[in-house]
Amino acid sequence: MDLFDVGPYELSEAIKTTMLRQRLVSLTEHHIANCADYQKLFGDIELGSIKQLEDIPFLTVPLFKQRELKSITKDHVFKVLQSSGTTGQRPSQIYLDAQTAKLQSRVLVKIMQEWLGKQRRHMLIWDHPNVIKDKASFSARGAGIQGLSFLGRNHTYALNDDMSLNVEAINEFHEKFSDQPVFMFGFTFMVWKYGIQALQASSLKLNFESAVLLHSGGWKKLQDEAVSTDTFNTVANDCLGSIKAHNFYGMVEQVGSIFVACEHGYFHAPSTAEVIIRNPETWKPAAVGETGCIQVLSALPESYPGHSLLTEDKGFVVGRDDCQCGRKGTYFKVLGRMAKVEARGCSDTFERGAS
Amino acid sequence: MTSEVLYSVFAKALGIPLEKVNDDLTYNTIKEWDSTAHMILVAEIEDTFEVMLDTDDIIDMSSVGKCREILKKYDVEC
Ligand SMILES: [Zn+2]
Repeated sequence: MDLFDVGPYELSEAIKTTMLRQRLVSLTEHHIANCADYQKLFGDIELGSIKQLEDIPFLTVPLFKQRELKSITKDHVFKVLQSSGTTGQRPSQIYLDAQTAKLQSRVLVKIMQEWLGKQRRHMLIWDHPNVIKDKASFSARGAGIQGLSFLGRNHTYALNDDMSLNVEAINEFHEKFSDQPVFMFGFTFMVWKYGIQALQASSLKLNFESAVLLHSGGWKKLQDEAVSTDTFNTVANDCLGSIKAHNFYGMVEQVGSIFVACEHGYFHAPSTAEVIIRNPETWKPAAVGETGCIQVLSALPESYPGHSLLTEDKGFVVGRDDCQCGRKGTYFKVLGRMAKVEARGCSDTFERGAS
Repeated sequence: MTSEVLYSVFAKALGIPLEKVNDDLTYNTIKEWDSTAHMILVAEIEDTFEVMLDTDDIIDMSSVGKCREILKKYDVEC
């Protein structure tokens, strides 16, 4: 059985953990052999002593902003992904070779097929077209849109450059495809602010009969406006028609292995990825239901040592293999960013290791 | 249909001379065939051969030869 061929939500915990551990141990070995910085940190680890997923060493996400971490030579760099990052901060630099890029697309498609089906749906993107044009500074937003474009056809951008609704484009798309399977994508806050709310303010009433809306990005700004998932979904159905909305959690440091939220609102780990929640004081894995720092594991990163990362997000595991939606694997909630102090704790652990 | 039609679809979609297209031409090995061009190519193939490719096809279509195999699945001989 191949971890990359099996359905993303088919494996029960015991089998998945064994398969994933083997893969992650071999990736750890690979990065020790091919990335000098990684070797400096973890070169003395006894690989045979890694009995559980939690024993896999981890890097922190901010480290990819500070250092050029890659396990390939310069001439094998095929694409460099950058995180959006806040102003004044250096973005993460993620180095991909052709093989890792291919693996990412393959796994991403496999996961998305579970939510969209195999057919390519007509695609409406809640963004403006210029976001993907500037190739030199490929933003996380642009990369996200482009990565998912593979899954759609007749790609249509719903917004103008100034973020206003492109009413003409939306109307034309709606006229042609409202009774057909549609795939909508956008970043959560933008879908809400410039899509749904703008539609509410205009007299434009849409009635898509069979659309799936996948949206990613934090809820922080929406929480500030007191918008819950329920509100989001209700209002989306109100002004767009029959919409199945799914939020997903993922990051540029681990493109391809994404966590999609099911109809019950829980993020699901696919067979190629896992989350471990760590107590921010002891760094020990937290119990089910206990909130802590989210560590993400991915079977994909070969060209850079990003297979095990401590994020700056907090969340908790809800359960394993027994979500009401029927999907196997770990399911969890994300509660937003760690507070500054807590997050510093995350980085410090690493800095101590590095010195 | 002949190779000629398939090759000309690739040449047109990727914006490269017809002489550069052969069965071994592979995705991401020339700068003209990147992920953006891949989507243009897919649309062009669907229009020309009147097929609807699914997401598996898009991922599998890693070379001109592979594309020919995929089209066979849809009863298009080229
Ligand atoms: Zn579920």
